[in-house]
Amino acid sequence: MVNNIEVLENEQHEIVPGQENILEMQELKKHFPVKTGVLQRTTGHVKAVDGIDIAVKKGESFGLVGESGCGKSTAGRTAMRLYEPTEGQITFDGEDISRKKEKDLFNLRREMQMIFQDPFSSLNPRKTVGSMLAEPLKVHGLYKNQNERKEKIQEVMGRVGLNPSFTNRYPHEFSGGQRQRIGIARALVLEPKMIIADEPVSALDVSIQSQVLNLLDDLQDEFNLTYLFIAHDLSVVKHFSDRIGVMYLGHMAEIADKTDLYDDPLHPYTQALLSAVPRSHPRERTRERITLTGELPSPANPPSGCVFHTRCPHVMDVCKEIVPQMREVKPNQYVACHLYE
Amino acid sequence: MNTNEMKQKAKSPPPASGAETLSEHESMFRIITKKFFQNKLAVLGLIILLVIISSAVLAPWLATHDPNAQSLTDRLAPPSADNWLGADHLGRDIYSRILYAGQMSLWVGFAAMLSATTIGVVIGSIAGFFGGWVDAVLMRIVDIIISFPSIFLLITIISVFRPAPSMLIVVFGLLSWTTTARLVRSEFLSFKEREFVLAARTLGLPTRRIIFGHILPNAIGPVIVAATLAIGMFIIAESTLSFLGLGISPPTATWGNMLSDSQDLTIFLTAWYYPFFPGLMIFITVLSFNFVGDGLRDALDPRVMEK
Repeated sequence: MVNNIEVLENEQHEIVPGQENILEMQELKKHFPVKTGVLQRTTGHVKAVDGIDIAVKKGESFGLVGESGCGKSTAGRTAMRLYEPTEGQITFDGEDISRKKEKDLFNLRREMQMIFQDPFSSLNPRKTVGSMLAEPLKVHGLYKNQNERKEKIQEVMGRVGLNPSFTNRYPHEFSGGQRQRIGIARALVLEPKMIIADEPVSALDVSIQSQVLNLLDDLQDEFNLTYLFIAHDLSVVKHFSDRIGVMYLGHMAEIADKTDLYDDPLHPYTQALLSAVPRSHPRERTRERITLTGELPSPANPPSGCVFHTRCPHVMDVCKEIVPQMREVKPNQYVACHLYE
Repeated sequence: MNTNEMKQKAKSPPPASGAETLSEHESMFRIITKKFFQNKLAVLGLIILLVIISSAVLAPWLATHDPNAQSLTDRLAPPSADNWLGADHLGRDIYSRILYAGQMSLWVGFAAMLSATTIGVVIGSIAGFFGGWVDAVLMRIVDIIISFPSIFLLITIISVFRPAPSMLIVVFGLLSWTTTARLVRSEFLSFKEREFVLAARTLGLPTRRIIFGHILPNAIGPVIVAATLAIGMFIIAESTLSFLGLGISPPTATWGNMLSDSQDLTIFLTAWYYPFFPGLMIFITVLSFNFVGDGLRDALDPRVMEK
């Protein structure tokens, strides 16, 4: 896979310093109640996202990584307001959207879109590609003329690499990669400013992954898109993102520019994650392999203090009691770890 | 859905920039009909039903006698050239009465199914989609209705009101929507978390559109199956009530009240053809509905879609 994505590596998106943020999450929390018994009493909460701060800059591609179950998808879906945030604030384009009602979110839906992980469950099996793409246009009152709408749909299909004559086909007639292209077309059809991509390639075959990633990259340049790119795989994010946030058990561990993060990871968890990435070049210096022991603790009952202390190789006494705060340890490199205080 | 199958599918040969060869273009409807017609019993059931339904519809032309015309000289006459299936205790032609009775029995079955399914789909959709207290309240109502012994309730209601066909249909509908409601609710619960429904929400589609345009078409398979089987069930229920003397009142013929009229030892011993033919019609019709229902169940199975 690494070779296939190599093409992307040299491409950097220009980020002007001090550029405005398009999406901000402040102290964002999403807890899911755990209900038990006949009376469905709430007996606890799964703290899927437990106070994260992320700011995505206009035009960049922000990679959000972490292992399965760390809450990164929940964070993305909450930012998209598919879930009601438990606490905290979400700001999109300067507007607080964290408490808006569904009907007030209607205009936001045009601006922010989502690409889903599983191309098999993300497409309605009973709808043709054409009707899938036409529906949002109709609902939002765009391209009211039927011929214009048809043209727009075919243009989008062509743009994502689908044969525009396939409008009358059903999802089951397409392969995984093509289905994901349909998902991308659906996200693009409303011409959003921002796309949240929730592991868009992890369900795809390796050879198709790079094609889809290249497509997403081209689209970003063409339509000035901002991406929040969620992944569990650092090697995918490496080639795709400008900045990367590492998430662990509902908390942010480290946020930094891609190069800084890869050259000098500061958080012990980031170090462990990076050491697990296969080398992409035989002459690349070998990193020391850090193996994490133990399992990811349950987000229903997270450890006290720093949530990573149960698996951290540098654990200190303070880690077990006090939650570390995010601080700028190096310019533009934010880390939540007691080692750097 | 089969995870292995999906994985296999995701690993199908790499495309040449989206222009891969596609499987032959087939619409959903064609796949379903093809699958249905592979099931021999279901096709047999469908053919029999078509014959029964058209004979009921064409009763005025197919009947040899006025179904209510009595002829005292022909009382309990055995099958003959004049009375093909014999005559009943009032000398009415059984063949003609069976045709007209079919109209009534099928009408009650279909209409009761329609009302029960409509109520069930609407309530089940609302409960499943909105969840929370809405769901809790609606499902407790369902529990209450289910916990009534329905036959006694039917008997009570029908002995209070006049047992007109419309009355039967309303009562059947009000007592039987619960199964459909539960079925639809469970489908909604699983579908509303599916990514395509989340995608519909991110696109800003209105709730009404998500429920009726996105979830319901995917959940409708089991409902169609249940509805098909329900028609048979309602025909039986109508026959049961008629048999107890509480169904549609004479002289209007239904298969049930014909059976009921023939419950007499002398008739049993001397005129077997009187109870036999209406009974046979109920049996064949309900059996055919069940065959068709089973065939639909297989054909509408969503796993079939993911070839």
